[in-house]
Amino acid sequence: MSGHATYQPTNRVLQWLEKRLPIGGLVHSSFIAYPTPRNLNYWWAFGGILSFMLGVQIITGIVLAMHYTPHVDMAFKSIEIVMRDVNFGWLLRYLHANGAAMFFLAVYIHMFRGLYYGSYKEPREVLWILGVILYLLMMATGFMGYVLVWGQMSFWAATVITNLFSAIPGVGDAIVTWLWGGYAVGNPTLNRFYSLHYLLPFVIAGVVVLHVWALHVTGQNNPTGIEPKSDQDTVSFTPYATIKDGFLMVCFCILFAWFVFYIPNFLGHSDNYIPANPAVTPSEIVPEWYYLPFYAILRSIPNKLLGVIALFGSIGILAFLPWLDTSKVRSARYRPLFRQFFWLFVIAAVGLGWLGTKPPEGIYVILARILTFYYFAFFLIVLPLLGIFEKTKPLPNSISESVLGAKA
Amino acid sequence: MTTVSSAEHSRRDFLYIATGAVGVVGAAAALVPLIAQMNPDASTIAAGAPVEIDLAPIADGQIVKVFWRSKPIFISHRTKKDIEEAQKVDVANLPDPEPDSERVKQGHDQWLVVIGICTHLGCIPLAHQGEYDGWFCPCHGSQYDTAGRIRKGPAPKNLPLPPYAFISDTKIRIG
Repeated sequence: MSGHATYQPTNRVLQWLEKRLPIGGLVHSSFIAYPTPRNLNYWWAFGGILSFMLGVQIITGIVLAMHYTPHVDMAFKSIEIVMRDVNFGWLLRYLHANGAAMFFLAVYIHMFRGLYYGSYKEPREVLWILGVILYLLMMATGFMGYVLVWGQMSFWAATVITNLFSAIPGVGDAIVTWLWGGYAVGNPTLNRFYSLHYLLPFVIAGVVVLHVWALHVTGQNNPTGIEPKSDQDTVSFTPYATIKDGFLMVCFCILFAWFVFYIPNFLGHSDNYIPANPAVTPSEIVPEWYYLPFYAILRSIPNKLLGVIALFGSIGILAFLPWLDTSKVRSARYRPLFRQFFWLFVIAAVGLGWLGTKPPEGIYVILARILTFYYFAFFLIVLPLLGIFEKTKPLPNSISESVLGAKA
Repeated sequence: MTTVSSAEHSRRDFLYIATGAVGVVGAAAALVPLIAQMNPDASTIAAGAPVEIDLAPIADGQIVKVFWRSKPIFISHRTKKDIEEAQKVDVANLPDPEPDSERVKQGHDQWLVVIGICTHLGCIPLAHQGEYDGWFCPCHGSQYDTAGRIRKGPAPKNLPLPPYAFISDTKIRIG
């Protein structure tokens, strides 16, 4: 799209550099002149918040690694030393631990935003799939980071999650032994999780570059779901999007700071302040809140292999979303039926999260089965059929028209 | 294939394919140490040597937990009632059918030795709990009977038996 300013440095040094490495032009065209739809709402600010949270996690993580010892006899103690002795260690660790939760909160909002406004539809399929990969990487990274604490919940989370692979027929046990590097979760497991926990955030950063690249090829979706047609439909990224993203980021940081400074252990489990004990399983095992819906899906199915397949399937199915949703209309604004099913899906996902904290017995099992059924039915039945049967509302002619009314 | 260059296919293409194949084999060979290093190392395997356990101090009805290859092993000194309960079960109706005689060594009915790891997702079941007087797994509610057989819940299999043998009437070697 033309019409917005291009990068023309007046400074001699910058001109010299630009001829050799046009990095200034790249930044300018990507983050300053880049045209964004003029009707973006605050739900579009979470991409920026996620980038910020990734930065927070990498910076706090690198400094925590300077004080952490990845050995079964010393890991738990080294974290207590971080909490008590290291200067500002408590702050850095609480930022990192609550930062993970905030990261997931932001990614869930970001994903539901994409789902609501149909941001995964043609031509943004690759952008969406890169997002699913990022989410999987986040889950793996978060899980391994949680294990590093080497408390009771860490140890048993590692045991339960690695044992998911034992459900694979034939080679399952060999794979689990290979993952552990022993006959149970132990020192080799802790060591490799530490190594990978350090690596994966940089892999995430790399995939984020691809994600942003794909975004800048197709351009952003917007609340109407129709493409910008003229310069009237867009505004430049800076200052409009930068300021808007920045404002919400500050609000988000207030929430983050509230957790860090007032209720830093609210989202954690008290059993993780008991050092890992391979001889005793805690009376109840609960994952971190951001994995709870998937944990509920796993437990709702009474067969081990099928439960594990459902668990991985519930995440893997997201990658096929662009083809499961057959409707040509993107935004839920113009899809009255989809909107109702969407909110039911949000309720099902949150409900599964709540059920994940409950013991797997009685009414909770039945409810979890109903919600698990709806979770899969939403993707496999509702979305394909809605595209055929739903009567969508008329789309506006342009983004400007939807903002300013038909007269403009 | 009716391209003009078809006459040149044989030699140069053979070299390309051969070079590519060597490259692929080399890359695959390089993966072997990278993958194999994650399997248990020599010291871990050595630490998995057999252990001998003296059964004499284990009282009637008591269940003790010992470790072998960093796995908890339950040694249950079963009471008469435990044994009867385990033997009178209709084996055909069990999720993982195994008669009690296959769960213990012949002539040592009172000793049950099992690996104390739930076959569902690896938690350690609690002894003397659940509806079958055996074990109850706190993670996902699997229940085992006095022969360590799965009776209820999501676990697919009975508690596995470690390799072990009686050295004398009151001593076993696990491993």
